[in-house]
Amino acid sequence: MRKVTLALPMVPEMEIEASKTAMAIAESMRMSPDRIDEVRMAVVEACINALEHSHASAKEVFVTFEVLGGQDPETLRITVRDTGVGFSPGEIEEPSIQEKLKSARKRGWGLKIIRGLMDDVEIRSGSEGTTVVMSKMR
Amino acid sequence: MKGGDALMTESLNVNVDRREGLAVVYTEGYINNQGGEEIARVAYKLIDEGYKVLLLNLGGTKIVNSIGISILIEIIEKMIEIGGKLGFCSLTPTIEKTFHIMGLAQYAPIFPDEPAAVSQLQP
Ligand SMILES: Nc1ncnc2c1ncn2[C@@H]1O[C@H](COP(=O)(O)OP(=O)(O)OP(=O)(O)O)[C@@H](O)[C@H]1O
Ligand SMILES: [Mg+2]
Repeated sequence: MRKVTLALPMVPEMEIEASKTAMAIAESMRMSPDRIDEVRMAVVEACINALEHSHASAKEVFVTFEVLGGQDPETLRITVRDTGVGFSPGEIEEPSIQEKLKSARKRGWGLKIIRGLMDDVEIRSGSEGTTVVMSKMR
Repeated sequence: MKGGDALMTESLNVNVDRREGLAVVYTEGYINNQGGEEIARVAYKLIDEGYKVLLLNLGGTKIVNSIGISILIEIIEKMIEIGGKLGFCSLTPTIEKTFHIMGLAQYAPIFPDEPAAVSQLQP
C-alpha cells in the first residue's frame, strides 16, 4: 500500500473512521505510538473542519494516505479535501489562550493544533474547496 | 456497549469522586462537543455544591477534539472567575502536547498522575 483514498460521508464521527485508517497505515510503517497518536488528532481536526466549515453540497470528505520513501517507509502524507466554499488561511488569526479566556468565542484552535502536531502542513483553499496536506516523518 | 475501546463509544462516561476540599472528575471516551458538554454539566454542578478545586482525570480518554477542548476552556474561565482551580492529570502524551501547544497549561496545571495532582491541588 503506497496510496489510498477514502471518500467519507459527512456524518458525525466520520473523523474517527479517518483517524482509525491513519492509525492502521502509520502502524504498518512502524511509526512510534506517540507519533501515531499525534497524526490521529491532526486528522480528526482536519476532518471536523471539513464537516463543519466547508458547507459542501457534495456530502463527502476525501482523505488520502500516502506512504513516502523507498524500501523503508519514511513519511506519512495525509490529504484531507473537501469541495466546499473555501477560506483564506492567511486571514485566520492565531488564537491565544489569554484572549480566548476572556472572549465569548473560545474556539479557533484546530489549525494551530494541526500545525503543532504535524511536521509539515500546507493548506490550499479556494472556491473549489479546501485541501489540507500534512505530513509526518516516521 | 463495552467501554473498552474509547473510540467506539459515542458518549462520554463521567464519574465523580468527591473528596475533602476537591472533586476528581473521571472521563472515559471521546471528548467531542457532547463529551465536553457532559464534563461542563458535571463541573458546574460541583461548583454549585461549593467545590472550588477540580481535578480532571482524563486517564480513560484517548482522544479529544478542539470543540471539546473549547468547552474545557469555558470551565477554566469559570474556575478563574470564582477564584478556584482546575487541574488535569493522566493525559495521553498527545493530549498533553496539545494543551501545551494551546498554552492551556499556563491556566490549568497538568500533573502526571492523580496522587501528584491531589497533593499539589488540595488546599
Ligand atoms: N475546510 C474548511 N473549509 C472552510 N473553512 C475552513 C475550513 N477549515 C478551516 N476553515 C476556517 O478556518 C477557521 C479556523 O479553523 P480552526 O480549525 O483553526 O478553528 P475552528 O474550527 O473555528 O474552531 P476549533 O477548531 O477550535 O473547533 C474556521 O473557523 C473556518 O472559518
Ligand atoms: Mg476546527
